[in-house]
Amino acid sequence: MIPAPTRYERATDLDHAFELLAEPDAKAIAGGQSLIPVMKLRIARPSVVVDISRLELRGVEERGGELHIGPLTTWDDLTGVAHPGLEAIAECANGIGDVQVRNLGTVGGSVVHADPASDMPAVLLALGARLHVRSPAGSRELTVAELLLGPFTTSLGPQELVTDVVVPLPAPGSGSAYESVEHPASGFALAGAAALVTPGRETVALTGVSATPFALAAGDPRSAMAEAEIFGDRFASEEYRRELAVVVAERALARARERRGS
Amino acid sequence: MPDTVTFVVNGESRSLEVEGRTLLVHALRDGLGLTGAHIGCDTSQCGACTVLLDGRAVKSCSVLAQQVDGRDVTTIEGLASDGELHPLQRAFVEHHGLQCGFCTPGVILTAADLLSRDGSPSDDAIRHALRGNLCRCTGYQGIVESIRAAEEEAS
Repeated sequence: MIPAPTRYERATDLDHAFELLAEPDAKAIAGGQSLIPVMKLRIARPSVVVDISRLELRGVEERGGELHIGPLTTWDDLTGVAHPGLEAIAECANGIGDVQVRNLGTVGGSVVHADPASDMPAVLLALGARLHVRSPAGSRELTVAELLLGPFTTSLGPQELVTDVVVPLPAPGSGSAYESVEHPASGFALAGAAALVTPGRETVALTGVSATPFALAAGDPRSAMAEAEIFGDRFASEEYRRELAVVVAERALARARERRGS
Repeated sequence: MPDTVTFVVNGESRSLEVEGRTLLVHALRDGLGLTGAHIGCDTSQCGACTVLLDGRAVKSCSVLAQQVDGRDVTTIEGLASDGELHPLQRAFVEHHGLQCGFCTPGVILTAADLLSRDGSPSDDAIRHALRGNLCRCTGYQGIVESIRAAEEEAS
């Protein structure tokens, strides 16, 4: 299908992007792998599409005990991340969509699209990632939990753009993993779990089972899940999803523990 | 209001007028007559429209034409050279890699991306790479065997 009429503008730098995004119903496009499909269905009808894909915000760099991931870094780029303890990043990226989506889809674009079944937010939550965002009003930093308010809804203002995804490097002897059970047609997670196991702590975050991905309360996944608010739909009932979430959480934890120190 | 987009297609620089909403697949098919990029779905899932953008497989139905301004696109029409089929094309003919052929251009370009990164992919890697290309005829076995044969010929 053909998208509704729109204009196309290419931003040359961040300030130019902010200026273009000032127009009502403007929408930023990076890889376009979430936005263009919904434009084709005419669910999204932006007045102007602001192409930010050529801004210099792509690449992964280790600096000051943190991994800085440019928001325009593609899933395919992320399959090459090989830092000890951060195994979940490449593992998750390699399972997202298909190779065509991974070649164009970006981490920043995906996170701000806020699909409740998107895989990577679970990994970013488990790893304790923070997002740097900027707008003409200035910059601020927020956690993934502070960004994601609900399905396809974030706390970003209309002119705010993510400029950095910051993942703290885990202590030596840590391991992480991502596990999911996918809907066979869409590939999105019916339940997905990311786990980070450090010498002092175990963290699990889930996606696909609730209005937003969320970090699980500490302790045994089964008891923690009993308290969580889970949704059901025609593909998977609430009861089934809750059970599936426990299964993927336990699998992710088991593999993250195996990877510790390896 | 139309804008002009200029990009390299199959080694040749081409310019055409497009709208802001024009998808790359429509620019290729309707603007440039390159109908090898097929439209098999409306939902960005089938991969029949796959082309190479700077050497990487992308779905041309999920890229705006203006996003490729100044970049390099290869369609199935650009794969053969000097009248000689590309090794992947030849392997698909010889190893029953296609039946109706509708998905084939996309499958072959996805395989070209795979083989450009991994000279000897495992069957699992081949099947993982084909995740975004739906084939309703072959059951994929012939496709996997064709890609394997092309890879062995190249090595």
